[in-house]
Formats: sequence, structure tokens, C-alpha cells
Amino acid sequence: MRTLILSPCGILGYGFPAASLEAALREKPDAIVVDAGSTDAGPHKLGAGVAIVSRMAAKKDLALLMRGAKERKIPLLVGSSGGSGARKHTQWTLEIVQEIAGKMGWNPRIAVIWADIPKEAILAAQAQGKIEPMSENVPAITPETLAETNGVVAQMGVEPILKALREQPDIVLCGRAYDPAPFAAVGILRGHDPALCYHLGKILECGTLCAEPGTAKDVMLGLLDDTGFEVWAADPRRKCTPTSVAAHTFYEKDHPYILKGPGIVLDLSQCAFTQVSDGRVRVTGSRVSFPPYAIKLEGARRVAYRTFVLAGIRDPLLISQLDEVEAEVVRSVESYYSDIPRESYQIRFVHYGLDGVMGELEPDRTLPHEIGLMFEVIADTQEKADAICATVRSAYLHYGYPGRKSTAGNLAFPFAPSDISFGAVYAFSVYHLMYVDDPCAYFPVEWFGGETDAAV
Amino acid sequence: MRLYNLAHVLRSKNSGPFQVTLDVLFDNREAYERVKASGMLTREAVAARYQIPVERITDYAWYDPGLGVKITYLRDTASGTVGDRDVYGAQQHAPLMDIEIP
Repeated sequence: MRTLILSPCGILGYGFPAASLEAALREKPDAIVVDAGSTDAGPHKLGAGVAIVSRMAAKKDLALLMRGAKERKIPLLVGSSGGSGARKHTQWTLEIVQEIAGKMGWNPRIAVIWADIPKEAILAAQAQGKIEPMSENVPAITPETLAETNGVVAQMGVEPILKALREQPDIVLCGRAYDPAPFAAVGILRGHDPALCYHLGKILECGTLCAEPGTAKDVMLGLLDDTGFEVWAADPRRKCTPTSVAAHTFYEKDHPYILKGPGIVLDLSQCAFTQVSDGRVRVTGSRVSFPPYAIKLEGARRVAYRTFVLAGIRDPLLISQLDEVEAEVVRSVESYYSDIPRESYQIRFVHYGLDGVMGELEPDRTLPHEIGLMFEVIADTQEKADAICATVRSAYLHYGYPGRKSTAGNLAFPFAPSDISFGAVYAFSVYHLMYVDDPCAYFPVEWFGGETDAAV
Repeated sequence: MRLYNLAHVLRSKNSGPFQVTLDVLFDNREAYERVKASGMLTREAVAARYQIPVERITDYAWYDPGLGVKITYLRDTASGTVGDRDVYGAQQHAPLMDIEIP
């Protein structure tokens, strides 16, 4: 048995060369699978219910992929629809797909697999000791933080996707999914070794990132057989080598060869990577074990509002005493707003040129000749953040520090107005494992379109 | 020679919103084995460079087929929330660059 899977790009909406897609489709793939998800951009996308890519970009990619899938009569699977994979993001993707299908005069049979987890289920699981944080620095779930959380999703494994695939859909739109899962499901359905399927999925979900030169914006192919799999990029200028493919599992993971997913632990320590032809690598020896089944929960809540200012400092007398000056600025603001509870706002200063990127982890504390200053006020309302930030700005601008010669002002603002009202700030309030008995329990499949639906 | 000169890839990135992971990858086995054997890139050495307790490093692994070493540590502030400085964790690798490898 051989199964060829086409992955067009690392994130749906990142785009890919149309020529690469055409070349890959000529190899007669058995499925097109594309990952749309990421938590890289922070908690805001999930918390605010917005997509990672623009609607225009998602539509452009989907139109090409849907045309390819229809022509070749193969399924198209999307993982983590809309980026975060909550109901709102998945619905957004479904509407785009339906709009494109309408224009194509096509009535595809669409399986939507939702990934939203009821909060009551989380609290009940917690009471039974079935919830654990992903790492020790993840805040505990409390009824209060959960109530403030704008919906919780979980990463589905292959099981709900297999359920949908057995009904022979044209398109599968997964809510939040373990990135490799939609790829792995295609192979597992056709009887391939799950270890190879997950490992291939882990590689394919990033587009051609495992080739050199690598990018998430080009088409990758993966061919499963009875004893291993082979990977290559559709564009022959992108070369896979044993090292480039082996090293790919380093990317964005906590461990290079032990990879954990829903109900699985993938062990790549015994893998062999072999160059089979120019740019093409064969992989064997992937192993998988099946620990108690747990799904990863993700939830974000709005924690505050932000107003910030960007400014430059060039005066060396001021640069030599930033911490003292800023402590005085804060004291003057606290005194001015003595009627506002101190715990309802925070004032933060970030010094680019000194330790702006690394903060306390910065080993090099050499004073620069210039500082890029960002300061922000974080408060429980936008109005309060705006008002306090304006006071911080004016206090900083005019503060008469010891030895000052530049009595006209301490800050060089690049913009007028200087204060930027940022809006809400989010935080991951849920980033936990939840042990479940049934891998499909929280991932219902709903069907749209297709002949059966039209006949009803 | 500095690690920066021997490495093919030297990067940092989020591994989920609560961890940052450092990757040092090589394009030849000789350089990989040289750094691995040098003892200059131990868990303790990295913790010292980052001025963090060793316990904050949750994963530390060399992967021979991939010619690389991975070091993952806990963030003090989660990605994208109040107090974070690097949402993608993509610029936290610089302290490794000038480690001297005999």
C-alpha cells in the first residue's frame, strides 16, 4: 500500500507557488492536507476570536486547493481552521469554503469537526484529578479564570478525523487539531503504521520547512509505504537531506526526538534517514507508544487594557540613571492618582539598546549611547490606561533629574500623537492536559452540503 | 572557536506559550561531535549564560541523526501577555553565540 499526501504550505493563507501545486498534483496525491493553526502569535487570536491570516489570503489558498481536490477527486483536510480552531474560527473557514464552492458550481460534502470544550466538563475533570498543567509555570485553572476565559478549545487526535474520513467527505474542516493529526489520519485510514503517519505529519505540517532552502510557503509531498516514508519538495530547487529532515523535529518542540500528542508518544531516537535520490529522503524506524489518552486544552482570557508610548533617549546623563528617574516618575504618578487603587494598574518600562529583548536574562549590561524606550500602562479599563499613560509621559518628559542640563525635555517622540491606545491584552488562562476516556467525545462531526443534504 | 562559527543554525523559538527552546544545529558531524564533546554546552553552562537556575531548563537533549542539541526552558512571562518581551521567543539565542569551543 502506498499513500501520497500533499501539503501546500505551513499555514493556510501563507500562500504557495501555483506552479508547485500543479507539479505536486501531477504526482497523483491521495489527499491534500493543510494545517491552519498556531499559538505562536500569542493568546490574542484565540481570546479575541480573530484569524491569523486575512480572509483574502485564506480564500486565495482555499480556492486553489479546492479546485485541485475536486479535479483529482481527493479529499481536502484543513487542521485547526482559522488558526485557533474555536467555533468562530472554524465557522469563518466554513463560510469561505462555501463561498468558493458556490462560485465553482460545486456542492462538496463537508465534514466540520468542532473542538470546543464545555467549561463544565473541564471543572468536572479537574475535580476528578484529570487535569494537569503543560508545565509548572502555567497558572492553575480556577472557576473565576475559567469564567473569564473566552471559550476553550482542545487539540483533537486522529480518531474524530478518522470518523469523518470513513464517510468519504470531499472536505474536512477540523477545529483545533494536533498539527500532525489530519495528515496522520489519512495514512492510518489506509492501514499504514501509525508511527510513520504521525512522523510524516509532523514533517508535512510545516510545508517545505524541512528542505533547504526551507520555507513554510511551498508545497511538500510525503509518500507512505509498508516500511517507511519518503519526503520531497514539489519545487526541485528545495532539497531534502537526511540532516535537514532529521533536524526538522527540533522546530518549535520541547524535545528533538520524543514528541507527545493526543494519546501518543512518538520516539524518533532509532530513526534512519537515507538519501534515496536528489532532494528526496527516506525515513524508517519511527516508533510510537500509546499512553493514557489526554487532549491539550487551550483557552485565553482578557486580562487588561494597554496604552503605550515609544520614545528615544540620547542624553547620556539621563541614560546613566534611567532606573532612578523612572522610580521617581512612578512615584509622582502614584501621588497624582492617589484616588485610583494601585493594584488596578501597572507601569512598565522597556529599554531597547540595554535589555529590551531579554529583560532579566540579558547578560550584557553595557550602557549604549541611545535608548529606545517603550513604556506602557496596563489597567483594568482603557480609559484608565489612557489617562495614567498620559501622566507618565508628561512626568517623564519633564522630570528634573539630578545634574540635568537638557531642561526642555527628556524624550524624543517619533510620532504625534505619542500615546497609542492599544486595546485589550490577553493571556493563556488554560494550557493544560485533560485525560479523557473517549478520544471522540468532545469533537462532534457535523455535515454540510453534498448530495444527501441537497436531497433532504 | 566560537559556537556561532561552528553552528549551521543557532536559534530560539517558543515551544508553546510557556517555554522557549534553543536549537543549535550543525551541518557536519565533525563540528557536532566537537561541540558535544567539549563540555562547554552543558545544561549548567546554558543556565549560567542565561542567569537562571538549572531547574528552569526542562529539556536538554542531543540528537545524533539531526546533528543538533536542544535546550528548553520555562519562560518567566507567557507569550503575548503583560510583561512579555518576545511573543515568538525568536530573539533569545544570542547569549549562546560567543561560547568558546576548544
